[in-house]
Amino acid sequence: MAGLRVLVGVKRVIDYAVKVRVAAGGGGVQTQGVKHSLNPFCEIALEEGVRLRERGAAAEVVAVSVGTRVCQAIDDDCNQTGQLLAAMLDWPQGTFASRVEPEGEWVRVQREVDGGLETLRLRLPAVLTADLRLNEPRYATLPNIMKAKKKPLEVVAASEFLGGGSPPAPPRLRVLKLEEPPPRGGGQRVDDVPALLERLRASGCI
Amino acid sequence: IELTDEQKEFQATARKFAVEEIIPVAAQYDKTGEYPLPLIKRAWELGLMNSHIPESCGGLGLGSFEACLITEELAYGCTGVQTAIEANSLGQMPVIIAGNEHQQKKYLGRMTEEPMMCAYCVTEPGAGSDVAGIKTKAEKKGDEYVINGQKMWITNGGKANWYFLLARTNPDPKAPASKAFTGFIVEADSPGIQIGRKEMNMGQRCSDTRGIVFEDVRVPKENVLITEGAGFKIAMGAFDKTRPPVAAGAVGLAKRALDEATRYALERKTFGKPIVEHQAVSFLLAEMAMKVELARMAYQRAAWEVDAGRRNTYYASIAKAFAGDIANQVATDAVQIFGGNGFNTEYPVEKLMRDAKIFQV
Repeated sequence: MAGLRVLVGVKRVIDYAVKVRVAAGGGGVQTQGVKHSLNPFCEIALEEGVRLRERGAAAEVVAVSVGTRVCQAIDDDCNQTGQLLAAMLDWPQGTFASRVEPEGEWVRVQREVDGGLETLRLRLPAVLTADLRLNEPRYATLPNIMKAKKKPLEVVAASEFLGGGSPPAPPRLRVLKLEEPPPRGGGQRVDDVPALLERLRASGCI
Repeated sequence: IELTDEQKEFQATARKFAVEEIIPVAAQYDKTGEYPLPLIKRAWELGLMNSHIPESCGGLGLGSFEACLITEELAYGCTGVQTAIEANSLGQMPVIIAGNEHQQKKYLGRMTEEPMMCAYCVTEPGAGSDVAGIKTKAEKKGDEYVINGQKMWITNGGKANWYFLLARTNPDPKAPASKAFTGFIVEADSPGIQIGRKEMNMGQRCSDTRGIVFEDVRVPKENVLITEGAGFKIAMGAFDKTRPPVAAGAVGLAKRALDEATRYALERKTFGKPIVEHQAVSFLLAEMAMKVELARMAYQRAAWEVDAGRRNTYYASIAKAFAGDIANQVATDAVQIFGGNGFNTEYPVEKLMRDAKIFQV
């Protein structure tokens, strides 16, 4: 619908193809000198926003990133941000979206769930999170890269949004330890299923 | 050297295109020699072609440095494809540096409106390195010039919409090179142009290379670049801008050879261990890496100098000569590391060795 505005959160994370290693001390993962990229899910979400605007379903797409100058986060793969945001805003949520169709004051969202596909209809405004199957992000063509440089990039201090000058509450989670899984040991070969069952029983697995 | 964010984005787009769209089909194009038109169309759509064309004609007006970044990435995928694309820049460059507004709008403008090719017609069967030795004649007759001669090894010769042509306008053999030649823009469908067969070459086989005969071809005087006698300087000036990307192409090929050899050396086992653990192999890989890095620095210097407005012929020549040599060395070393497999067409490195040779020629 004309007038629908889309806000897309984007974050710079460790590149998805990098083998993540625990940092010395066990307090986190290695980030120094490690390749960082735009989170592929953020890219897919942004592509969807742009497509909505191109077909006239949305009027404006705003990309936002929160953090230090390089806007970096270590994506823990926790799958919580969208859900937390929806709860804080008291807005409906459609996560793992593989298809998004605005319908007036509603949005129809097809979700990837364990059993297959689930379709929800949410009243706008709503929070959606992207699944890999939502779309294939387009190439950034060179002319578009050059045009992007001229688009406004506003930097706003967080205090402007917090109101009353009170700082955000400190995190309530503390990482105690991070360790790599034990190295994989050798396997054993068995000749048939009865032998497999016998082995599993003998080792106490079942 | 730290690339700007924009340059990194250009490089990322070119790299993605090379890896996802060029590499899967490069071997097939090499086998058949078929012109990679779908890839060229795609490169055009993404803005990877015609990067030098000024913004006033619908182009991006990028410098040699950006062109080099893009070229290295495309060459990593396939230098045959990259050469076909690069020949556009070479053909356009005389018009970009010496064309008047009308010529630029007409001939550069059409290239940004739809995917099309152009070619740089200077080399002849009897004159390659010795540009001043070319014999193609252009005689002024009224408001036209009549061209007669033979060109050879023209990249995109059979696909071009128009040519930049260098011909001798001063018949006096004692006339200095700097005054004896004229640069022309020639429409490829002009009567009297006979395009030869596609040449079957050792490498970069999908690129279209042809001989072209010009028999009483008439070119309007409006298509003269600058003025009669100015051609040699224009042709040489074009090289200063396009030689760094040629070096970049050689580096892209060398990088590909290095990556393929490294990956293989980590997997292939002999005498109980991955061959990378044998010093002869690891020393070889180290030297290959050194050559790639140094050649890259050489072309970056050459491109940076010309973009800064300085004369770069010295650096551009060094970059091209060095990069061409190391590309051949690194590709050959890669075949060596692959051993028997390297000699075989099922593995990617024999193509690299064949493709590399032209960079030394």
